[in-house]
Amino acid sequence: MSTPSRSAHNGAAPPADALTIAGRELHSRLLLGTGGFSSLELLRDAIAASGSELVTVALRRIDPDARGSLTDVLSQCGVELLPNTAGCHTARDAVLTARLAREAFATDWIKLEVIGDEDTLLPDAPELLRAAEELVDEGFVVLPYTTDDPVLARRLVDVGCAAVMPLGSPIGSGMGIRNPYNIALIREAVDVPVVLDAGIGTASDAALAMELGCDAVMAASAIARAQDPERMARAMRAAVQAGRLARTAGRIPRRRYATASSPREGLAEFT
Amino acid sequence: MITLNGQASEVPAGETVAEALGRLGVSPQRRGVAVAVDGEVVPRGEWESFVLAEDARMEVLTAMQGG
Repeated sequence: MSTPSRSAHNGAAPPADALTIAGRELHSRLLLGTGGFSSLELLRDAIAASGSELVTVALRRIDPDARGSLTDVLSQCGVELLPNTAGCHTARDAVLTARLAREAFATDWIKLEVIGDEDTLLPDAPELLRAAEELVDEGFVVLPYTTDDPVLARRLVDVGCAAVMPLGSPIGSGMGIRNPYNIALIREAVDVPVVLDAGIGTASDAALAMELGCDAVMAASAIARAQDPERMARAMRAAVQAGRLARTAGRIPRRRYATASSPREGLAEFT
Repeated sequence: MITLNGQASEVPAGETVAEALGRLGVSPQRRGVAVAVDGEVVPRGEWESFVLAEDARMEVLTAMQGG
């Protein structure tokens, strides 16, 4: 795990506490997905409110008649692009999509998704591992979307992935983190950044991810499909900061019985 | 004729990738565009010289909103 900052701070502002992935320093620990926003204006406002520096995009057939260019809008926002391989069901397709993304966006970074089931959109573990290995060999910085399996996470790191992105629950489900125990185990199992991806429904889910030791949170639908996406982006930003602060502050242990917080000495006797 | 983004096109074999992009209304200077022909990436630097064969399948991709 990255060492938390020990520098003094007044509690109002989070300490300087950058996240480094493959040598790139990120000051926001919230990654934003661009899918689901009903307009590019809403997306722009949400990016600004989220403070995110890294946003995902998908690669699809061009529509020459489309109004407004996503690439231009994101460029104006000053964010870095993280292309994904969403929609790919085989290692072969994912590898080709990653190569095309590198060509289109001049980045070696790829959020690797290889889907194994249409209803749950859960990752196909063997194909994912195969694609990850091949892309690492080709020089990509691979951030795989993976299940909450600590063993698979370790295997992905063993083949050279720069981070792991375990799911909290299925993409777009908003069910939060179904197995916090496994997420905590993944944090212990690997020595690369852990980015909780998928399933975030609201701010408390993002805070929990950070409290469990995740280094960052990725949110897409939870913000894009909220009634007020800009407001939810602000909420997520605050939640990620709060969760990170709580994690690095060190929470008290849970106990079954009360521990008095007022002293027993000096208690008055009235009868 | 070649297949362009999954559709039968008017692009005849013998044209280059750059010419096919022109017919699609996509400027070769446009940022954020990538091309694959028959499942292989055609790097931007080869768009002017890469000649499309009969029945080639060309995909022209760009950034779309996505998780």
